[in-house]
Amino acid sequence: MTELPNSTDRKMGLVIDLDTCVGCHACVISCKGWNTENYGAPLSDQNPYGGDPSGTFLNRVHSYEVQPEQGHAQLIHFPKSCLHCEDAPCVTVCPTGASYKRVEDGIVLVNEDHCIGCGLCAWSCPYGARELDLAEGVMKKCTLCVDRIYNENLPEVDRIPSCVRTCPAGARHFGDLGDPDSDVSKLVAERGGMDLMPELGTKPVNKYLPPRPKDTIEEEIDILAPLLAPVAEEPQGFMGWLDKALDKLPGGAN
Amino acid sequence: MHPAPSVIIFTTLSGLGFGLLFFLGIGQPAVTGTVAFVFYAIAFGLACGGLLASTFHLGHPERAWRALTQWKSSWLSREGVCAVGALIVMGLYALGAVFMDSHWTLLGWIGAALSLATVFTTSMIYTQLKTIPRWNMELTPAVFLSFSLAGGALLAGAEAVAPWLLAIAGAVQLAYWAKGDKALETSGTNLGTATGLGDRGAVRAFEPPHTGSNYLLREFVHVVGRKHAQKLRMIAFTLGFVLPLLLILTPVQGLVIKHVFAALAVLSHLAGIAASRWLFFAQAEHVVGLYYGKR
Repeated sequence: MTELPNSTDRKMGLVIDLDTCVGCHACVISCKGWNTENYGAPLSDQNPYGGDPSGTFLNRVHSYEVQPEQGHAQLIHFPKSCLHCEDAPCVTVCPTGASYKRVEDGIVLVNEDHCIGCGLCAWSCPYGARELDLAEGVMKKCTLCVDRIYNENLPEVDRIPSCVRTCPAGARHFGDLGDPDSDVSKLVAERGGMDLMPELGTKPVNKYLPPRPKDTIEEEIDILAPLLAPVAEEPQGFMGWLDKALDKLPGGAN
Repeated sequence: MHPAPSVIIFTTLSGLGFGLLFFLGIGQPAVTGTVAFVFYAIAFGLACGGLLASTFHLGHPERAWRALTQWKSSWLSREGVCAVGALIVMGLYALGAVFMDSHWTLLGWIGAALSLATVFTTSMIYTQLKTIPRWNMELTPAVFLSFSLAGGALLAGAEAVAPWLLAIAGAVQLAYWAKGDKALETSGTNLGTATGLGDRGAVRAFEPPHTGSNYLLREFVHVVGRKHAQKLRMIAFTLGFVLPLLLILTPVQGLVIKHVFAALAVLSHLAGIAASRWLFFAQAEHVVGLYYGKR
């Protein structure tokens, strides 16, 4: 079971737009909400209202600052969950066969009844996508909401992963990345979608769309600047008197 | 990496135990009767004690038998299969030596090979992980195998080879530290490749996903022990290799003093290897730490 399939019929996955993500963490909350009460063991919290709260999450949003050699720094919000890698090291290291990659859609799942909670799959994952649930003693990971995407009890509009359905900015896209004509594949081609840590050879299915370059508004201000009235360096009139009067008060000027 | 006591105890004790089983399997020493019983009791105590300790960190130890099923793809599963095989074969060989005063040579050699295979497969569990550059080196199996053979030779009282094996293990340890210290840098993985944003400028972790800690940080980002790493290396090297070498090479009169010196050498070696193994985990940087601006 823990041998990887040679190929999968489809490569279902996420495309995350780093240009659009506003870092609201709504995907984190909706993921936890859906997955704690559906597929598999609940996502437990330890000491949730105490001094040192922590818990199991399948999706976490980091924020990074990128400082180019020239120009302003940019803040980039960075959602991270399982990338459903084609060459998933977490599957082959599993000693029990609990960790597997599905042939039909490429989703990487954990059979929680067979998981011994050794943690080796989490050790082998470069992305921190797997977390051992402390209450259940089994490994939890993103299921790509396998219990939503094929669920005919849900309205069709809801048959996408919870994080995608929730994102208010439209920064998350779901589809078949193995089909070059799918919307997500076109998006990846158009925007130069990238892999995380490609040097590790995991061949992630999920892609990240890089932030678009910022426009150069500063030069336009330079063109208009001579037309604007200069700002007074020294206060005049009433403000000038107030400034001097306040300087004379005890306590010193600063 | 978090230096879990269960895993450190497991790799230290079982490495030593399987090292001793290797030497017993090849007939060094070719003991029988009560003496053999003591030797095999020590060997099995160390090997089984270590294996038992390793189950303590499992979330579901009662399902541990399932770990024997995936030997085609998983090094952890292969380790389980080799360990069970080595213990069964060497158990039969021990029965012959202890109760029937006979050495079934072929069985012994098979058991010896399985014992070494167990140590090798243990080392490959760590070596295979590309996520931890300090472990993902050819020197990692060399560390585990040379330590196991040196410790086994010490315990087996193999006077001819023990000093050489200790010296080799010490040299491997120094090479492992020297190369390991550069492993993360030379791996080419950094926050730039982790986020894919590296070609746009200098990437800095601005805000973590949560204000509190989590499983990933507890398991993979352990920085407490690194402060004293150099001192601990000195302690590990001295206790693990230098002192045992001095103790077994010092010419002494009388069997009792010789045995005391040999016992001290074993204990010193064991303490040194435990310290080295603690560093093996505490100093290992998992690339997931990069996402948190840590290492």
